[in-house]
Amino acid sequence: MTLFDKIWDKHVVKQIEGGPSVFYIDRHFIHEVTSPQAFDGLRKRGIPLARPAQTIATADHNVPTWDQHLPIKEALSRLQVEKLTENCKAFGVELYGLGHPYQGIVHVIGPELGITQPGMTIVCGDSHTSTHGAFGAIAFGIGTSEVEMVFATQCLMQNKPKQMRISVEGELQKGVSSKDIILYIIAQISASGATGYFVEYAGSAIRNLSMEARMTICNMSIEMGARGGLIAPDETTFEYLKGRKFAPAGADWDRKLAEWRQLYSDADAVFDHEIHIRAEDIQPMVTYGTNPGMGIPVTGTIPGEELLEEKERPSFRKALDYMGLHSGNAIKGQKIDYVFIGSCTNSRIEDLRQVAAFVQGRRKADGVEVWIVPGSKQVEAQAREEGLHDIFEQAGFQLRQPGCSACLGMNEDKIPAGKYCISTSNRNFEGRQGQGARTLLASPLSAAAAAVTGVVTDVRELLV
Amino acid sequence: MNINSTAVPLEDENVDTDQIIPARFLKATSRDGFGKNLFRDWRYNNDDEAQPKADFVLNNPAFSGKILVAGKNFGCGSSREHAAWALKDYGFDAVVSSFFADIFKNNALNNFLLPVQVSDEFLQQLFETIRQNPAAEIAIDLEKQSITNAATGEKAFFDINLYKKTCFINGYDDIDYLLSIRSDIEAFELTH
Repeated sequence: MTLFDKIWDKHVVKQIEGGPSVFYIDRHFIHEVTSPQAFDGLRKRGIPLARPAQTIATADHNVPTWDQHLPIKEALSRLQVEKLTENCKAFGVELYGLGHPYQGIVHVIGPELGITQPGMTIVCGDSHTSTHGAFGAIAFGIGTSEVEMVFATQCLMQNKPKQMRISVEGELQKGVSSKDIILYIIAQISASGATGYFVEYAGSAIRNLSMEARMTICNMSIEMGARGGLIAPDETTFEYLKGRKFAPAGADWDRKLAEWRQLYSDADAVFDHEIHIRAEDIQPMVTYGTNPGMGIPVTGTIPGEELLEEKERPSFRKALDYMGLHSGNAIKGQKIDYVFIGSCTNSRIEDLRQVAAFVQGRRKADGVEVWIVPGSKQVEAQAREEGLHDIFEQAGFQLRQPGCSACLGMNEDKIPAGKYCISTSNRNFEGRQGQGARTLLASPLSAAAAAVTGVVTDVRELLV
Repeated sequence: MNINSTAVPLEDENVDTDQIIPARFLKATSRDGFGKNLFRDWRYNNDDEAQPKADFVLNNPAFSGKILVAGKNFGCGSSREHAAWALKDYGFDAVVSSFFADIFKNNALNNFLLPVQVSDEFLQQLFETIRQNPAAEIAIDLEKQSITNAATGEKAFFDINLYKKTCFINGYDDIDYLLSIRSDIEAFELTH
């Protein structure tokens, strides 16, 4: 059996003949943007929320990242956040809203509070729910009708997906991080290469990663079409969880730990598809196009359309056109206007520490605007406690307040049209960071290097 | 259940839900009215309805209909169900592509917007047919799980699981079903 099979089987309430399974959900995270219509659905049906104790809410997608103590200026955004507060109150859901010490990006707070645990099923009306798979959980994004389904019944109707294992073996080069691993994988298999699959990441290079680095990888599973990604829990996982606010404690911890130790793919487990990657082959990656599969090593040149099928060429041309980039040109040296370090992919304390260690004693290039948006209030507090905010300030980097921010540009943190932004987020879609904004996805270290030089830079050249 | 209609061809591949409905329109707290912002930034210059982009297919009066025919990997990216609401609200009842992103497909089905997955070859022929004759009809028969390119007579079959098909045809909703088995769920919870 695979790890996925073991968790899946424990959550099937009922199998429908010739159809999906009735699938039980252990934890349901919600936020202001994809929940209001689902709450209204409950009201229309005149039914309660089935399991409020298994539901956790925060405000993240549509909140300002500056002056969070003041009322939200924009009327529609304010209304949406107020609606979440009202709904949580009316249906008995715990809310970590603006101003709460636990508030933050939903995929950052779940793990740091110890709510996310191995063997669980976890959903949220957000495609990056796959992040929680780093703990050996089945976690995936759902639509609002499905949010309503979980509200009403704590279950979903699910078809069992196919399974893929991606093994990354060996040692990573210096300056290469987990973000580069996942950008490399997506570039290899394309933005749709794992559609219909659930992915297990395995191999020595994955096992050697910290929990936060593993989250970055699982987070971007959706960017190759996978429903989710997961990693077998191990000592690194258990150590991370122990002592966290909502993690089991005492005898309960011992009992859980024994269960969690059974969560791995058996030696004879069969996957529908397997991919093997050598860690040594991975360089710092950066994207040049308008989907996350359009990534190249920082030392590479922007590819041409010769290798593409005829029908794929118009989309490719449109992407380069939008980005204002040209086939055959090096990506290194491309001018950058904005740097965004944040999002559910890379806004955790390790990301901030890594950036701080790199920029200490350095300063941002003239004309570059640098935003660091911590993933949560806890990350923000920790960064201040460690003095990282001073390092950022001296470097000319702005440490803002927690939220999804410029990852999706729903609040006022938008990149202006035509400007280039090197971003540690997960999507480089047209207009994602603002209408006409041009996004280059990269690791926190690569983003920090670009902030300092003002151009796309091979961070390895600046590491001593 | 049949959908017989002309179609709107959108040949782009990897159309993500940020294009279908940009994030700034997700502030609404109801399900209604998203159609007018469908493909907003591909449809208008400077976010201005008075400045339609002439080369975008929704602005081409030659093309209309209840069926959107789209390039491979349609609906990738964000899980926002607003994308399905926007397509449905605009007037589409079906989307045909050679590949759909998983979450979008579920969202579409939950909103009675039928995702019809066909082979790449069949899709390219559909594009060819529509390009040559925008008045060409496409016939989708959900009961038989078939799609016919009326101009060429070419017919293909598509997959949909029996449960979802029954829901779709009868207008059933997953929640009604799940509520009807509440005692099974509660029994499951006792031993979970």
